[in-house]
Amino acid sequence: MTMIFGIPVQAFLGQLLVGLINGSFYAMLSLGLAVIFGMLKIINFAHGAQYMFGAFVGFLLLQWLHIGYWPALILAPLVVGVVGMAIERTMLSRLYSLDPLYGLLFTFGLALVIEGVFSYYYGVSGQPYAAPQALAGGTNLGFMFLPNYRGWVVFSSLVICIGTWLAIEKTRLGAYLRAATENPKLVQAFGVNVPVLLTLTYGLGSALAGLAGILAAPVYQVSPLMGSDLIIVVFAVVVVGGMGSILGAIVTGYVLGLAEGLTKVFYPEASNIVIFVIMAVVLLIRPAGLFGRDA
Amino acid sequence: MSEPLLSVRGLNAWYGEGHALHGVDLDVFPGETVTLLGRNGVGKTTTLRAIMGLIRKRTGTATFDGRDLMRMPLHHVARAGIGFVPEERGIFSTLSVEENLNLPPVVAPGGMTPDEIFELFPNLKARRNSQGTKLSGGEQQMLAMARMLRTGVRMLLLDEPTEGLAPVIVQRIGEVLAELKARGMTILLVEQNFRFARRIADRFYLMEHGKITAGFPVAELDERMALLHDVLGV
Repeated sequence: MTMIFGIPVQAFLGQLLVGLINGSFYAMLSLGLAVIFGMLKIINFAHGAQYMFGAFVGFLLLQWLHIGYWPALILAPLVVGVVGMAIERTMLSRLYSLDPLYGLLFTFGLALVIEGVFSYYYGVSGQPYAAPQALAGGTNLGFMFLPNYRGWVVFSSLVICIGTWLAIEKTRLGAYLRAATENPKLVQAFGVNVPVLLTLTYGLGSALAGLAGILAAPVYQVSPLMGSDLIIVVFAVVVVGGMGSILGAIVTGYVLGLAEGLTKVFYPEASNIVIFVIMAVVLLIRPAGLFGRDA
Repeated sequence: MSEPLLSVRGLNAWYGEGHALHGVDLDVFPGETVTLLGRNGVGKTTTLRAIMGLIRKRTGTATFDGRDLMRMPLHHVARAGIGFVPEERGIFSTLSVEENLNLPPVVAPGGMTPDEIFELFPNLKARRNSQGTKLSGGEQQMLAMARMLRTGVRMLLLDEPTEGLAPVIVQRIGEVLAELKARGMTILLVEQNFRFARRIADRFYLMEHGKITAGFPVAELDERMALLHDVLGV
C-alpha cells in the first residue's frame, strides 16, 4: 500500500478532498462576507442564516412546487439576494450613521429570527435533499473515488469565486465598488448612486450565501442550524484573509479548508480548532490579516 | 450680463454644532473663473463642500443653471454638471491611474476624449497602469482634475489645486486651467495663492469668518493689495 508520511494515500487524499470541499464553502461564504464588510462596514452575522435560507429555498421549491436542483441553483440565490436587498433598504441602511456595533447586533438578531422561524416549522433535525441525477455516482481517479457531486461543488465554487473576483477587479461596476469602499462620499459626489450600490452589494453578498446554501444542500442535510455551525469558522477565515479583502477571503477559505483536512489526517483531535489557532497566530503577526491592506 | 450659472445666497453650514458658514452669497457666470480667497479655516473648502452637498447640515439657497442644488441627492449634483476636485485629491489607492480616470460617470456629452486628456496631461499616459496613489503629488492633482474633464461637466469646483506642489507643477496647473478656461469651462477656484490665481481668475471673492467680505474683478487686484495683505497675512 502506498503511504504518504506514514498515512495510506487513499486516506490522505480522501481527507484532502473533504478539506477542499469544506474550503469551497468557506471560500464562497467568506467571499460574501468580505464583499459586504468591504463596502458596508457591516459584520454580517446573518450570513450563516442566509446560507441556510438558500438551502431551504431549494428544499421548499422541491417540496411545494416540484422544482428541482438546477432551476433552484438560479432561484435560491435570487430569492436570498432579493430578500437581502429588502433587508438592507428597509433596516440596515438606517444603521450606517451609527457605530458598526449596531450593524453586528442587528444582523446577529436577524440570524436568530431567521433560524428560529425555520426551527419552529421544520425542527432542528436535517431534511434530506438529493443530489441531481446527472451528478449521481462517482469517478474513479485511480488513487481515489471522487463523488461527482463533490467534484461539482469544488468546480462551481472555483468558478463563482474567480468570477466574483474578476467582476470586482476588472469591471467598471467593480471599480465603483472598490472606490466606494475607500471613499463613498466622493464616489457619490462623482454622480454614482452609492445608496443603490450598497443595496446591490448586500444583495450580492446574500445571494452568494444563498448559492453556497443550495450547493451545500445535497452534501449536508438541510437544517436550520447548518449556517450557525459554519459561520464562526467562516468569520475566522475572513479575519485570517484580512477583513474586506476579496482575494484574501477566497485564498484563505481554500487553504484553511485544506489545513483542516490535513489536521484530520495527522492529528484529528485538533481538527476542530486548527483554524482558530491559525487565526490567533495570524492576528499576532499580522493584525490586518494575510491579505489586509495594512499587511 | 447673462444669468449666473451658479448662484449661492445666504448659505449657512454646520459641522456638528460648529457653525462654519454664516450666509455666503456668490455668483459665478458661464465661462467665468472665480477665485475664493481667504486664510485657512475661514470656510472656503466648506463653501465648496456645502454647494456640492457633501455637507448636508446647511441652509440657504444654491442653484446651478436654475436648478435647486439644496434639494438634490449628492449624486445628482454631479449629474447636473458640476465636477468637484477636492483638496485631498481623492485618488483611490485600489484603482490604477486609468481606472481613476474612468471612474466618474459621463454626465453630459462634450467631455474630453482620453486622447485629449492624455495630450493635456502626458505624464498620466505614461503611468496609466500604475496604482493611483503611487503618483507624485503633482501628478495626483493632474489626475484629480483630468478625471472630471471626461465627464462633460460644465463647471469645476477646484479646492486649492496648487497646495504643497513644486513651482514647476504649479505653473503647469496654471497652464491647464488657462486651457480649460479657453475651452469655456466655468471654474470656482479656492486658493490662498492670489498671485497664481490672478493669471486665470476673472473675479475674486474674499472670505473671512465664514462669509464673503469683498468681491472685485481681477482688474482691481492691484489697488486691493493692501487689503489682501492684511486679510491673507501675506
